[in-house]
Amino acid sequence: MKLDILHELNAERAARRPVILVTDTESGEQRLVKAKDFAKDPLRPELDKQLRMGKSASVEAGGKKLFLNVYAPTAKLVIIGAVHISQALAPLARSLGYDVTVVDPRTAFASPERFPDIPLIAEWPDTALPPLNVDAYTAFVAVTHDPKIDDPALLHAFERNCFYIGALGSRKTHAKRADRLRAQGARESDIARIHAPIGLAIGAVSPSEIAVAIMAEITAVLRLPPKEKEEAA
Amino acid sequence: MLDRDEDILKAAEDWQKAGRGVALATVVETWGSAPRPAGSSLVINDEGTFLGSVSGGCVEGAVVTEAMDVIQSGKPKMLEFGVADETAWNVGLSCGGTIRVFVEKVG
Repeated sequence: MKLDILHELNAERAARRPVILVTDTESGEQRLVKAKDFAKDPLRPELDKQLRMGKSASVEAGGKKLFLNVYAPTAKLVIIGAVHISQALAPLARSLGYDVTVVDPRTAFASPERFPDIPLIAEWPDTALPPLNVDAYTAFVAVTHDPKIDDPALLHAFERNCFYIGALGSRKTHAKRADRLRAQGARESDIARIHAPIGLAIGAVSPSEIAVAIMAEITAVLRLPPKEKEEAA
Repeated sequence: MLDRDEDILKAAEDWQKAGRGVALATVVETWGSAPRPAGSSLVINDEGTFLGSVSGGCVEGAVVTEAMDVIQSGKPKMLEFGVADETAWNVGLSCGGTIRVFVEKVG
């Protein structure tokens, strides 16, 4: 690997931008393709597929044996609300490989006793969220049921283009939330991105089951191609 | 997405900049029950120091030896390890899988 390619690869990864390194395993020739350049690449379908799966693979194209090495950022999960559901959600998400952070300004909820080993920020979203570098590889979940906490957090998630945004509450609760967000300047297209009621409809009752429903929905959004995603929703 | 090999690639860059000979070995194909998925990598320097893994420890020794050749010659190599490949290699994967490992020089 040429040093300039390695240097660029490390820089892209540090910036949490996905890239795929394409290696001709016979000649040793290599090129680095940034996700933003996939659309104009001859290998587009293969690149899109491997990035979505988060899997590296060997493929044959144009009579060449190519290895596509996928470097995608570690997914993050930001949970707004140190509530009972979050106590089940945080460790489940971590076991799935997510970097998890829980945010809740209410110190009675955001206590290390309730969340052993999980990074906790006992601050309001306005203070807690900017340093977290919420990005397109972040799933964002608001579960406090308190508009003072959930609403500003959701506005931040819109701004940062999170790949998944979910909020707890019935359809009725969500309709009221949509009105409040609209009044604060949110666009219809942003509001439409919120998964609410949150989680796949699996009849979840207990906090642990709701956590499973939420992570199943996040996984579907992360991994399924766009068409199948619509069908699952 | 959920893998963390970044320290390995950072080390490869740092070692190279510090003037060491460096090789990178990457699993490019797997068959059967392979211990590490495609994309897993091992970085090796000319002192024999290595970081990362391409198997559960079964074949790293052989990969490091080959990497020394690659650092010398500058030519990439494809290695194959598995139960069916006893003639070429004395090491194999106890799990019964087969892996192909691409070894290249860095720099």
